[in-house]
Amino acid sequence: MSLALPAPDMARAITRISHEILERNSGSESITLLGIPTRGAHLAARIAANIEAIEGRAVQHGTLDITLHRDDLRTRPPRALMPTVIPSLGVEGRNVVLVDDVLFSGRTIRAALDALGEIGRPQTVQLAVLVDRGHRELPIRADYVGKNLPTSQSQVVRVQFTELDGIDLVSIEDGATQ
Amino acid sequence: MKHLLSIADLSKSQAITILNTAEELARASDGPMKKLPTLRGRTIVNLFAEDSTRTRISFEAAAKRLSADVINFSAKGSSVSKGESLKDTAQTLQAMGADAVIIRHSASGAAARLAESQWMSGAVINAGDGTHEHPSQALLDAFTIRRHLVHGGEDLAGLHIAIVGDVLHSRVARSNVLLLTKLGAKVTLVAPPTLLPVGIESWPVTVSYDFDSVIESVDAVMMLRIQLERMSEMFFPNAREYSRYFGLNSDRLRRMKPTAIVMHPGPMNRGLEITADSADSARSVIVEQVTNGVSVRMAILYLLLAGVPEGEGVIA
Amino acid sequence: MTTKYLIKNVEVSGVVSDIAIENETITAIGKSLKSDGATEFDFTGSLALPGLVDLHTHLREPGKEDAETVLSGSQAAARGGFTAISAMANTSPVADTAGVVEQVYRLGQSAGLVDVFPIGAVTQGIQGEHLAEIGAMADSAARVRVFSDDGNCVFDPLVMRRALEYIKKFDGVIAQHAQEPRLTQASQMNEGFVSSQLGLKGWPAIAEESIIARDVLLADHVQARLHICHVTTRGGVEIIRWAKSRGINVTAEVTPHHLLLTDELARSYDPIYKVNPPLRTESDVMALREALAEGIIDIVATDHAPHAAETKECEWQEASFGMLGLETALPIINMTMVQTGLLTWSQVADRMSSAPARIGRYENHGSDLAVGARAHITVMNPTQLWRVDRDRLASRSRNTPFHGMEIPGVVQATFFNGRLTHKAGA
Repeated sequence: MSLALPAPDMARAITRISHEILERNSGSESITLLGIPTRGAHLAARIAANIEAIEGRAVQHGTLDITLHRDDLRTRPPRALMPTVIPSLGVEGRNVVLVDDVLFSGRTIRAALDALGEIGRPQTVQLAVLVDRGHRELPIRADYVGKNLPTSQSQVVRVQFTELDGIDLVSIEDGATQ
Repeated sequence: MKHLLSIADLSKSQAITILNTAEELARASDGPMKKLPTLRGRTIVNLFAEDSTRTRISFEAAAKRLSADVINFSAKGSSVSKGESLKDTAQTLQAMGADAVIIRHSASGAAARLAESQWMSGAVINAGDGTHEHPSQALLDAFTIRRHLVHGGEDLAGLHIAIVGDVLHSRVARSNVLLLTKLGAKVTLVAPPTLLPVGIESWPVTVSYDFDSVIESVDAVMMLRIQLERMSEMFFPNAREYSRYFGLNSDRLRRMKPTAIVMHPGPMNRGLEITADSADSARSVIVEQVTNGVSVRMAILYLLLAGVPEGEGVIA
Repeated sequence: MTTKYLIKNVEVSGVVSDIAIENETITAIGKSLKSDGATEFDFTGSLALPGLVDLHTHLREPGKEDAETVLSGSQAAARGGFTAISAMANTSPVADTAGVVEQVYRLGQSAGLVDVFPIGAVTQGIQGEHLAEIGAMADSAARVRVFSDDGNCVFDPLVMRRALEYIKKFDGVIAQHAQEPRLTQASQMNEGFVSSQLGLKGWPAIAEESIIARDVLLADHVQARLHICHVTTRGGVEIIRWAKSRGINVTAEVTPHHLLLTDELARSYDPIYKVNPPLRTESDVMALREALAEGIIDIVATDHAPHAAETKECEWQEASFGMLGLETALPIINMTMVQTGLLTWSQVADRMSSAPARIGRYENHGSDLAVGARAHITVMNPTQLWRVDRDRLASRSRNTPFHGMEIPGVVQATFFNGRLTHKAGA
């Protein structure tokens, strides 16, 4: 296991992403943050808190469960569904920022784009991730990246949040051969 | 879980998973996501060897919202009602590549026969078999009760529910007794002794012949449909006497707890087991049961069909 | 030309002996008999019983030859160690005339593997309304002595009374299928906890017991012989016990399956377990075993009921009632009655050979193994296990509830009238 992003670095990365989002969208008014459960939702909540602290006003944020839109459902036992919470202003005409913890193959984001398409037509869709570990299988890239972490396919990137795991930490583990 | 044949086969946690999944699906489809791609390319057959429009369309709506292809194979004019054996029908469906069969049948155990024989390999969902079980109805009833009466918990602990009427012939009652007690509720069955099965003393319920002594203490009453042919079979003298002792009327409605709800699986015999004003009262959640039915059936289809069954060809 | 067999090293009434057979007769029983030109079989480890007699068999011919014929049923019987079987009357046409019973009788003779004793219908078409030609059947070549509407109950008390009276003329017996029809309309399985859960229409024990009670009183009143087919309930046993204590001339049978299986099996909804009368509870099974041990129930009868595959490969409520029995009867009795210490082998010989022969007045059957007796002999190894395989039965049908079970007791050989009709592994 190697330590990739200890707690202070993680906090700085999240703060930077928050600023970048504000800068790109000229403030928080048009933004809707949608975190992809589980850890993307926590990350979105942190970004929302940062933005609120900076701007002094609430930002629209919610969650978007993409399970029902996954393309690999048939390869695993059924998964529990996570909540989808669309904030009050919806997504129509908004600058939606999808938030996830790790960007890897890009398939989760493809499913999220499909799910979002069912809900409405945002003005723009942007993507914020804490870690981009490479190995994309689809033409997808992130607009905001906490840290680029070069990894091998077999490694596992583990993101921990205090609310869930008791600690803030990003680490790389050598995965069991699969 | 490969099939859904009986509530008896479900653990408490599996039952709760279905209810929680239904909750998320209800939220998704209450909102803007009317149609989900989850079961795209999957073929689901509605094999209805007994008439039941409401259950069939509920399953059909659930399947279509998940983008499955639905084939309706209903009794009228089909071979099932003309003496073609269940085996031949099953083999036909297998040959057509059905991923799941939703079966309604007048014979108790028909769904189990379909699932446990080697006639077909798809998932089997029991949509009511004879006087045995109707698991999806019980799940939607539990879902409805939970939405109304449970705040913060996952099960139905502490609730008291009365099931009133023809328990002997009711698959809804059998499934509900199993499910509601599994989820921690106390169940009282209210019926004339003729409409309770021999052997009921071993069921995990209390039994009462006196509706009036039960009505004030329950959180929900579930009225069962009474079929008029039961009268000619001498289960009770006539409709008037049945209504007087076992019907839900405005008088009994008034005596219910303030929060208590009224349920009925439908179709109702207004004026027989339930008066029109009771069915349409503010306590009634009967229409909502129908809405919830779609979410619960979506959850069942999702959990049975979206993934590979545990232990089969799991790609990590 | 004489046929000679020498059976070596079998247990006869508790003693290991040899049995010599010449033509139709047992000529010697003793230690180390000389072969004297006989065909020899060494059956060390096996025991010899008098040829088994079944008072309740459905052979389906005429009418349902796809399920069984007199010949295939005879083959199954020989494999099961039987030398005499009955042929129930509920064929198509019904065996309610001398013509039909003679036909069945002759089919049995020409098969030549066991004696087939036709049972005559009590009423025309087993409809329960008008007496069948009972006298003509008794006087026919088949010499019918047992009359039964089995499958249906003779439910009209007046018809039952008349039938009981009428058969006194020739020492006959009415074998009653005790099932009150109104209490069992559309019934599917034993009424109790399991039926309440499964939603299958219940078949109450009292539907059987009320008819038994009525009929023992009738038999007492008209001083006739009554036999109760396939008793299945604890309450039925109690009524028969009471009747016997009063000196009423009643006998009763129990099937092997009712001595082993219970209504819990219906939980599978597999109609292989659907039978008339239905499988009951464990308490009933225990009462039936005790009653057979005590002699309250006199005999074991198979109620061998072959059915074509399609009548069992369906929903429970659509399926036919009935189970195969001939080829598994003796091992099941070994398992339920002998290995449990309830019966000795000489008592098994009584319950499965001499008592049924006596009740049916089946001449030349049921006598003890003794010099000079007719050579009907069943040789069985009681400790050898075999796994029942429905695809390897002699019966034309496959509806055995014991498929896949390992049961104790292999019938090594059956001798009928001094001829070898079955040899294991042959």
